[in-house]
Amino acid sequence: MNNLIRIVDGEARVVERDPWQIRDDSDATVADYGILPLARWQALTDDAKTRAAVLLDPDDDPEVLVPWLDRIELIALAFPSFRDGRAYTQAVLLRSRLGFEGDLRAVGDVLRDQLAAMRHCGFSSFAVRDDRSAEDALKGLHNFDQIYARSVLSPEPLFRRRGAAGA
Amino acid sequence: MYRYDEYDRALVQARVEQFRDQVARRMSGELSEDEFLPLRLQNGLYLQRHAYMLRVAIPYGTLSTAQLRTLAQIAEVYDRGYGHFTTRQNIQFNWIELEQVPDILQLLADSQMHAIQTSGNCVRNITTEAFAGVADDELLDPRPLAEILRQWSTVNPEFLYLPRKFKIAISSSETDRAALRAHDIGLYLYRGEDGEMLLRVMAGGGLGRTPILNEAIREALPWRHLLTYVEAVLRVYNRHGRRDNKYKARIKILVKSLGVEAFAAEVEREWEQIRDSAGELTGEEYERVAEGFKAPNYLRLDALDPAYGAWLARDPGFARWTQTNTRPHKITGYASVLLSTKPTQGAAPGDVTAPQMRAVADLADRYGFGELRVTHEQNLVLPDIRKCDLYLLWQALGDIGLATPNVGLLTDVIACPGGDYCSLASTRSLPVAKAIQARFDNLDYQHDLGDLSLNISGCVNACGHHHIGNIGILGVDRKGEEYFQITIGGAQGKASAIGKVIGPSVRAEEVPDVIERLLATYLHYREDEETFIDTLERIGLAPFKEGAYDRNGIGREAGA
Repeated sequence: MNNLIRIVDGEARVVERDPWQIRDDSDATVADYGILPLARWQALTDDAKTRAAVLLDPDDDPEVLVPWLDRIELIALAFPSFRDGRAYTQAVLLRSRLGFEGDLRAVGDVLRDQLAAMRHCGFSSFAVRDDRSAEDALKGLHNFDQIYARSVLSPEPLFRRRGAAGA
Repeated sequence: MYRYDEYDRALVQARVEQFRDQVARRMSGELSEDEFLPLRLQNGLYLQRHAYMLRVAIPYGTLSTAQLRTLAQIAEVYDRGYGHFTTRQNIQFNWIELEQVPDILQLLADSQMHAIQTSGNCVRNITTEAFAGVADDELLDPRPLAEILRQWSTVNPEFLYLPRKFKIAISSSETDRAALRAHDIGLYLYRGEDGEMLLRVMAGGGLGRTPILNEAIREALPWRHLLTYVEAVLRVYNRHGRRDNKYKARIKILVKSLGVEAFAAEVEREWEQIRDSAGELTGEEYERVAEGFKAPNYLRLDALDPAYGAWLARDPGFARWTQTNTRPHKITGYASVLLSTKPTQGAAPGDVTAPQMRAVADLADRYGFGELRVTHEQNLVLPDIRKCDLYLLWQALGDIGLATPNVGLLTDVIACPGGDYCSLASTRSLPVAKAIQARFDNLDYQHDLGDLSLNISGCVNACGHHHIGNIGILGVDRKGEEYFQITIGGAQGKASAIGKVIGPSVRAEEVPDVIERLLATYLHYREDEETFIDTLERIGLAPFKEGAYDRNGIGREAGA
C-alpha cells in the first residue's frame, strides 16, 4: 500500500512500498500480501490464511479470528466513513481482550484528525485516504494526546497515574 | 468547586490549539466542510440560520463568579451582548464568527472552561441537579462522580464517533431534578445498608421524535465500577447501535429492539470482562475530586431570623417571591435562590445579558460563596444565601430583572431557541412562548394554578423537552405553515411520564386560547389542592380534549 503511516518502535513515520494490498477482486487467488475481506479469507486454506491478511468490516465480529490471532501478521479495519466509530471498538477488543500483537491497520476514510484516537485504540498503521498526503496526516500523530480514560496505548487511566505522581 | 490541576489545564489548552489549527485549515480550504463538521461539533460549534452558535459546557451546571464574568465578556466582545442558558445546563452564544472561535476557547480555557463535546455524536456534558450539595432532600452529593465521569468521557478515543449523541445524568435526592429518565444513561446514587455508595443504572431514555423513558439495567452497582459499567454500555452501543438512520440511532432504539433484559444481559457480559481492570475507580481518586466540592464555611445561624420574618409579613411581593423562587437548604438559616430568566415581557426564556451576568456575579460574591448554578429549566441559582440577606438580594435582583416570582409556574416556560436561530427548527418557538407568557402574566392566576410546567420545542428534535412538560407544545410544519401540537400529562422526576396528544394541532395564534381552555378545564374539575397533573390523572384525558377545543363550554365560563 502507498500513502501509509506506520508506527515502528513507538515512532510514526511514512512508509514507502508497503507490500500489502487490499484484494477484493474475485479472481485474486494468491494469498501472499493480500488483504482479503473476511468471507474470502475464511475460504482460504489454513496455510494460505496465515500468509494473507484479513479485512474486517465494521459489523464483523473480531472474535471469529481468535484461533488465528497469533499467526496473522496484519488485520485491517475498515472505516467506510470517518464518522463510523465501530472500528475503534473492534481495535480495542483485538488488542486488549483478544491479545492481537500484529499490525492493526486503519483503511478507508482515514484522515489526519482521527489518527490520534486510532492510535490510542491500538492501531499501528494508517492507510491515509488516497487524495490526502500521508506526510501531512503524520502531523495528526505529533500533537499532544493525553487523555483521562485508559486506552490500549495508555492502559492505566490518568487517575491511577495522577495518584502515583502525587504519592 | 473542582479546580483544574496541571493535567486538566494541559488537556484543555491542547484542545484549543488543535482547534485553532483545524479552523485555519478549514479557512484555507485544506479541510472540507464535511470533514470539518464533526470536528467543530465536538468543540460545540454549530452553523445556524444566521451565524455560528457556540455552546459552552457548564459541567453539571456549576459556575464560579469568575467564570460567569468570562461568559459576560464573551457575550459582549464576540456576540450581541447576551447568552442563552440551555436545558443541558450549558450556555449558547448565537452570533459567533468562525475565525474568532479559537480566541473564545482560549478565554474559556483561561477560566477553566471549554466547549468540548457539547455537540456531536459523542458523550455530551454530564448533568446533575442544580441543587447538588445544598438540597435538604439530598442523599449524597453527586458532583464528585459527575466530575469523574466528565473527565472519563472527555476525548475518550473509543467513543468519539458514536451512532448518535449520548447524554448522561446523575442525581441523588428524594426528588429527581435532573430528568434522569429522559437520558441515554441515568444514574441514581444512593447509600446501601452498609453505607456504601451504590448506583442504579438506567439506560435507553431519550426524547426526540421517539420519546422513551429509560429503564433500570443494573441495581446496586458499587460506585467503584461506575466507569467500567458506563464503558460496557457504550461499547455495546458503539458496536450494535444503528447507523443507517439518524432517527433510529439513539441507544433507546437499540434497547427497545433488543428488549431491556437482553440489552442488560449484553452489557453485563461485556462488563464481566472489564470489571476488575485498571478502569475500576479508587478511593484516592474519589477523595481527590471530592476535595473540590467541600462545603464552604457556613455560619451557624438560627432557624428563625426575625428580620426575615418581619419582611415576609410586611411585603407580600417579597413573600410571594420567597415562596416560588427559594428552596430549602440543608444548612439551617440558609436558602437557595432561583433567578428566573423568564420575565413575562422582554427576553426569551434562558437569555441573560452581559450586564445581568456581571451583576449576578457581584451578588454571588457579596451574598454567597462566589458560586452559582444553572438549572435544567434554564434558570440560575445562588445556592447559599443567608435568610437574613434574602430581602436585600430580592431587591437587587428586581433591579436587574431577575426576580420574576414564577419559578415552577406556568410562565416559567422551557423553550428551545426555535426557528429564530436554529436551522433544524421547523417553527419559531419563542413567539409562542412570549404569547403564552403575555397571556398569563397575572401572578395571582399563576399562583392559583400552582406547580405547572410548560415546555415548547420548535421541532421533533425536542430540545424544549415538550414530551415531559405537564403541557407540551411541539411545532410542526404543515405545507410551510407553522402549527403546534399540544400534549398534556408529561412529567419529569420520579413520576416521569410522556405527555399525550390532545387532538389536532393548531396555528400559533390559537395556542394561548387552547392553553387557556385547558387550564379552565383543570380549574373546573380541580379538587382541594390537586395539581394539574393530579387532576388529569383522576379524570383522564377526555374532559381536557373536550375543553381544549371548546366543545363543552368550560373554556367560556372561566374567561380568565
